[in-house]
Amino acid sequence: MRGRESGDLLPVSASLLFALALAIIPLPEVAQTLWPDWVALVVIYWSFMSPGRLGLLSAFFLGLMLDALSGALLGQHALALLSVAYLALRFHLRIRVFPIWQMSITVMGLLAIYQFLLFWVDGVAGRTVEGAERWAPVLVGGLLWPLVLGFLENIREDVSAHV
Amino acid sequence: MSAQRPITGRTFRGPSLGMRFFLLSLTCLSLMVLDHRQSHLSRIREGLAVVAYPIRALVDLPFYAWRWGGRSITERGKLLDENDRLRREQLDLNVRLQRLATLEAENARLRAMMDASARVTERVLAAEILSVDLDPYRHRFAINKGLEDGVYVGQALLDANGVVGQIVRADPLAAEAVLISDADHALPVTVNRNGLRTIAVGTGEPDRLSLPYLTNNADIQPGDLLVSSGLGGAFPAGYPVGTVVSVDRRPGQPFALVSAEPAAALARAQEVLLIWKDEPAGPDESTPSLAEAPQ
Repeated sequence: MRGRESGDLLPVSASLLFALALAIIPLPEVAQTLWPDWVALVVIYWSFMSPGRLGLLSAFFLGLMLDALSGALLGQHALALLSVAYLALRFHLRIRVFPIWQMSITVMGLLAIYQFLLFWVDGVAGRTVEGAERWAPVLVGGLLWPLVLGFLENIREDVSAHV
Repeated sequence: MSAQRPITGRTFRGPSLGMRFFLLSLTCLSLMVLDHRQSHLSRIREGLAVVAYPIRALVDLPFYAWRWGGRSITERGKLLDENDRLRREQLDLNVRLQRLATLEAENARLRAMMDASARVTERVLAAEILSVDLDPYRHRFAINKGLEDGVYVGQALLDANGVVGQIVRADPLAAEAVLISDADHALPVTVNRNGLRTIAVGTGEPDRLSLPYLTNNADIQPGDLLVSSGLGGAFPAGYPVGTVVSVDRRPGQPFALVSAEPAAALARAQEVLLIWKDEPAGPDESTPSLAEAPQ
């Protein structure tokens, strides 16, 4: 039982680690403004597709990690990721059966909430960054969702076949 | 986390999903308030930073390998050229240094005569910038030296050309610094030509500083060199900060629009120098000192 569970957790933690690395990779300025929130995308994926493997607590700690990595206010990304994970877990049964374009739009909505929470905390803490480019990652994230879905679906099936 | 996959959202054990969300959100909010109001959380941050360090190193690895690879396959001719250039440069610098030694001695003597305090000695330590972009909207970066090397919060950072920024957080193995071009950063400077004191504020663009507190009739012109004045206490005095590039005097407004270009290569720097102002606070005796003021 125990071994099976940790085998199940391997793709989750590997993909999350990869997403964390992607999130802090240095990029040219143009790409930086368009770079989607990979961690949020991966968290959304696992919450939709396999809600038993990624709970709210993991999302919370992941967010704290992201805060430490990005030098943000401690708890900022944690709150945003937590909210997204909560919504995704709460409605995963309904969303899972959506056609892919409808799912992309839903994901865009979740990413918008994620970005808004970050934006809101920034504003309250007095480091407001205005500008429409802040919302570009939401759009890009939604458009990339089919790719993320396909890629992670592959990983999930591969490992499940092995275990 | 339960071992079985739940059939519905409500088969989780323990408190319900909504309840856990509520509790964890409260935790987040209180963490943020604590972190924002005062720095009570440095312990937690340090712990997280240690956990996060491997990820940073992992991300930095390909870039490091690229640089290393590039260096090891540089052509021989190129290396020879560079060697020649460096030798010439060193000769040139040595000649200037000779003059500097006498000037410094003279300066110390004059200061002693005037009963002024001698300029403090400074020691430096080179640190590498971890190729990691933090928040894209703020100008911050991480370096590979931390508390263990004697780095402290507020410490000034220089590069070969001028002032780069200062440390805002020090973890055991790494530290986070803010660039002088960050929109939240300001540093006291003087105009080298006439000693006019003012404050250089970051603009959020890596190649611009602004000097918002100069009146329309202030004696400043494009090309003026700005050096750190040392008045704030954070930065040592006398290091180049930037060059004034434009002065726009607006008759209807109280202040002129003055902007300067940073002397340091803020967007391109690979290495920075940490600077310790005085005394034995430095990490070890082997670090070279910038200026030995003769007693």
